[in-house]
Amino acid sequence: MLLDPSLPQFWSDLFQVLLIGTGQTLYMVGVSLLITVIVGLPLGILLVGTEPGGLFESPFGSRRAGRVINRVLDFIVNLGRSVPFIILMVALIPFTRLVVGTFIGPTAAIVPLAVVAIPFFARMVEIAIKEVDTGLIEAAESLGATRWQIVSKVLVPEALAPMILGLSTTVTSIINFSAMVGTVAGGGLGDVAVRYGYQRYSTIHMVAVIVVIFVIVMLLQGLATMLAKRFAHRSRPSRAEKTSPMLRAEVAPGA
Amino acid sequence: MISVQHVSKTFRSGGTVTTALQDVSLEVAEGEIFGVIGQSGAGKSTLIRAVNLLERPDSGTVTVDGDELTALAPAELRRARRKIGMVFQHFNLLAGRTVRGNVELGLEIIGVDGDQRRRRALEILDLVGLDDKAGAYPAELSGGQKQRVGIARALAGNPKVLLSDEATSALDPETTRSILDLVKKINTDLGLTVLLITHEMDVVKRICDSAALIEGGRIVEQGRIVSLISTAGSRLAHELFPLGDAPSLPGDTVIDITFSGGSADRPVIAQLARTYGLDVSILGAAIETIGGNQAGRTRLALPGSPAGNARPIEDLRSQGMLVEIVGE
Repeated sequence: MLLDPSLPQFWSDLFQVLLIGTGQTLYMVGVSLLITVIVGLPLGILLVGTEPGGLFESPFGSRRAGRVINRVLDFIVNLGRSVPFIILMVALIPFTRLVVGTFIGPTAAIVPLAVVAIPFFARMVEIAIKEVDTGLIEAAESLGATRWQIVSKVLVPEALAPMILGLSTTVTSIINFSAMVGTVAGGGLGDVAVRYGYQRYSTIHMVAVIVVIFVIVMLLQGLATMLAKRFAHRSRPSRAEKTSPMLRAEVAPGA
Repeated sequence: MISVQHVSKTFRSGGTVTTALQDVSLEVAEGEIFGVIGQSGAGKSTLIRAVNLLERPDSGTVTVDGDELTALAPAELRRARRKIGMVFQHFNLLAGRTVRGNVELGLEIIGVDGDQRRRRALEILDLVGLDDKAGAYPAELSGGQKQRVGIARALAGNPKVLLSDEATSALDPETTRSILDLVKKINTDLGLTVLLITHEMDVVKRICDSAALIEGGRIVEQGRIVSLISTAGSRLAHELFPLGDAPSLPGDTVIDITFSGGSADRPVIAQLARTYGLDVSILGAAIETIGGNQAGRTRLALPGSPAGNARPIEDLRSQGMLVEIVGE
């Protein structure tokens, strides 16, 4: 049945459908994001920490264990990142059923979304943590910090700004994948776009979904940028500051 | 206060083995400022990191304030480290914390509660002259101010020892002096023992009571500066008062006289000229105030051979001066 925009209930139906779709999308994205952070953050920290010379290079006093853990985690993350989402989504169906009891609906969609986002975010965390100056770890160690204190008081807070930006990239791709999930499992804005926009030729539905998703991404992006700035506290070093050590090296012997 | 005994450390990366420390022993007495001087790559950095075991030695022992750190279990080592503050060349401040937050870091680690932490941080910031910057972020500070924060952070937990890893090497000469004066003040007022490493002789000259020279991972010379000055052939003394290479003056005897303590303010050269009727020429001189005492080295040319000048040289030596014949 084609949809007719001139019918009186068209616009209220559209509004209703968009509202439900947006709600489902936000639910899928929100919960999978939460799981992503809870699993991806420690995973990223472990990826850096179990490297040789890292904070957890010898867990349980064994360097071998550290190396093995590092290789295994690295393999899992690479695997998760290299399988195309459409395949992953279908391949995960038995697992999804095991976890939530069904593979249909927004709740079931959370499983593949989290599975694809965790390795992605873990890499982002890894990169952000690697950027933290090792001198800061030394400073904390010299003050008698435990490894946990180094992670919680130094590594995570100092890598917060790039991690927030990484998280915003992660959300954007979760939203992207959530639309794809919708076509298989049902639910969310992707489902609306396919069922109304594609199958029933309603350009208005299609445009409306695109606008809503665009607005969500823009808002999240803006929020992330703002938070990242708030936590950065890093003024770019001025040129004068940068060149002065060199100048000094030339002047000092005679001075 | 700090005793490093027969410490060795080698680094392996790929196929190459680098020996950073070779059988290094060091004694730092309570309340003194001890400077280890050496060029980059000499092993100073590894040495100071070995003192609080940021770098664990392959062999040897490190004892600080009675605790043999090299024998402690990880948890005990962390507790022992609280007695050892450390400041770094590149400050190593947390960019995401304010000045006060940085100073509180060590107190948080120890588990001091919020109110007390805040009070202690402000007290220490006042001591280092940064009480007005408590709310600023490190990015808003100059290099000298950042190092003051680094010092405040190291002092907040009431350590007995302060380790300084090239603390002034990233600073300009004027700021260097103000930071060194602060370290000296802390040493005097709080009775803190200070071990510092540096490649700048000026640092040793300005604040150190004792010094050691490190080269190729070995301690070449160490001792109290006052006694090093009057030690014949001391390389540290030569570095402290550089007179350059000895000139060759045929027919003359070139001598280096090192004064310290009482002899520094006596008219030595005038006496020499008067008593022996010698036409003394001064080729060079370096005078410094070290540890509150005037000390220095003067290079003189005396006419005639060393044998002919035996009596005046003997006379100088009998006055407590160190005389070295460096050319003829």
